Amino acid sequence: MDFFLQLLVNGICIGLLYGISAMGFVMIFKASSVINFAHGELLAIGAFFFLTLVTWAELPVYAAFLLTLVGSFALGFIVERLFLRPLIGEPLIEVIMLTVGLASMFKGIMLFIWGGNLHTFPDFLPESLTFQWGAINVPPVYVAALIIGFLFLTLFGLFFKYSSQGIFMRSVADNQSAALSLGVHVKRVFALSWGIAALVAAMSGIVLGIMNGINVHELSSIGLKVFPVVILGGLDSIGGAVIGGILIGLLETFTGGYLSTSLKDVLPYIVLVVILLVKPYGLFGLVEIERV
Amino acid sequence: MIKKPRLHPCGNFKERYEDELQVFSTDFGKLWSIIGIFLLFTLVPYMGGSYFLYIMNMMGIAAIAAVGLNILVGYTGQISLGHGAFLGVGAYAAAIFATRFGAPFWIAIPAAGLITAFVGLIFGLPSLRLKGLYLTISTLAGQFIIEYLLVHWEDMTRGTMGITLPAASILGINLAGDRSFFFVIYMSLAGLVWVAINLIRTKYGRAFIAIRDNDRAAAGMGIPIFRYKLLSFAISSCYAGLAGGLWAYYMISITSEPFNLLLSVEYIAMIIIGGLGSIAGSIYGAVFITLLNEGLRWGTDFLMNTSLFPEFGLTIAPIREFVFGLAIVLFILFEPKGLAEVWRIIRSSFKLWPFSY
Repeated sequence: MDFFLQLLVNGICIGLLYGISAMGFVMIFKASSVINFAHGELLAIGAFFFLTLVTWAELPVYAAFLLTLVGSFALGFIVERLFLRPLIGEPLIEVIMLTVGLASMFKGIMLFIWGGNLHTFPDFLPESLTFQWGAINVPPVYVAALIIGFLFLTLFGLFFKYSSQGIFMRSVADNQSAALSLGVHVKRVFALSWGIAALVAAMSGIVLGIMNGINVHELSSIGLKVFPVVILGGLDSIGGAVIGGILIGLLETFTGGYLSTSLKDVLPYIVLVVILLVKPYGLFGLVEIERV
Repeated sequence: MIKKPRLHPCGNFKERYEDELQVFSTDFGKLWSIIGIFLLFTLVPYMGGSYFLYIMNMMGIAAIAAVGLNILVGYTGQISLGHGAFLGVGAYAAAIFATRFGAPFWIAIPAAGLITAFVGLIFGLPSLRLKGLYLTISTLAGQFIIEYLLVHWEDMTRGTMGITLPAASILGINLAGDRSFFFVIYMSLAGLVWVAINLIRTKYGRAFIAIRDNDRAAAGMGIPIFRYKLLSFAISSCYAGLAGGLWAYYMISITSEPFNLLLSVEYIAMIIIGGLGSIAGSIYGAVFITLLNEGLRWGTDFLMNTSLFPEFGLTIAPIREFVFGLAIVLFILFEPKGLAEVWRIIRSSFKLWPFSY
């Protein structure tokens, strides 16, 4: 029973992290209907940037965290400016292939600079964040993940619902040329959404890094695990991303705990194919009535 | 009586649909292709040693798979990120047919193609419900699921041990060595390119192009989109399977290691660099990427041996990934139609010289 409960808690916490990682992905999809294959690399770059600031530059943790957020926002901005802006109005297929290329490029750069080894952060989360309830022990990093997850979920929910930039983003996602002709500044929307997505990615990269250590391959494969999460939750639903993340996290920990650890990594993708066949818009996705 | 040779007209004067469908618009094109194919089979295999032939053979195999991927991505407009895994399915299918059932070479290779086409159909099924990008995601899932099965379905694939294939032979001729494989691979390539070019000219190919250009309009014209998308996907997987089977026989022993996501990205890079929607372009791309791979290997070896930069623990993997990514990005940004378009521009600038306006 304790084993089961511990798995349950672990699953929810890991799932929340998946959910947060997926949020940045959904952000880009909502704003530009681009499927970003470089998301995992953005995650990893954020984590490595933070690592460098903390261990090499020896900045205090808070300063490093803020700098990482600013830096990754700038990175997203630059990526959009250099690579995606020339493609506004081009077929979507080219944009998606471009993100595949970007992913490969970033991964190469990171492997070149930091190597393929496992790095770890110094311990800095306060012990007081640990949550103890009976036999169940929730380490501080999970509590931090929980807090960050809910914070960003609310923030983004409000942003997309009420702020004018959020509404612009939704309009661009819905129909780029119509938004353009209604006077929406599509370029600014793109830049902003890539910046925010990179920022969120960096943050989830840091949290994931605290939990599992940072390794280029691990983190970029989490960027691909985002796909089952968002397909399950619905590609354009931020709340769905979090719930999908939790479901996938639970599925993974229970398979890992009861069945086999090697099956754990591939099961989300099997679920993905099944979901695509059975309920293709996911649990909370917008159902477009179009069967072409 | 000698037929008057057709030359390039100085404009687009096509009057009938048959003119549009011609493979060779001039007699010189036909002549050069015949000369090229003749030289390919008589001169090229005797031009160099086994390293040269190895590179040529890898190019040929890559070209077969790239032509298949281009039918799906370039002509039908569906992105597949699982082409590397489908190549693996083909390789393992051929290996299992050869070792377990003792099938001869000329049965094992087509069987590998058919099985891969079938596996492709399974992962193409999500396009039943949805249009657009979902096939990409489903093929990505396919990549991981197939990789997992290749390693963990040990009864069939022998896991990480890999499979060693018996020597190939056709009609009692033993196909050992690089040179005899050169003939097998390039004859297959020539045949499959012929099939692909003619496929694009038929009803099916035109339906693929219609789906790529505007799927709603295509549906409005009465093209059953789902069926054609699946067909395109099956054909593309079949090409990958044939290439994988040839790979398995050529390499003699196979493991699941090379058939990873990076290989799929490599194939995407090939068709983007070569030119989407161009059969010749897929071949240019295959040549380009294979040469790039070898060049990078030479470069890193050279840098490591000369100890010019001893502080860099240079390994090929990160540089390879970076260069592939960079090549994809640069071609999409600056020449989205790829090398095929570059070649066309060069040719037409010669044709129009000196009055190029």
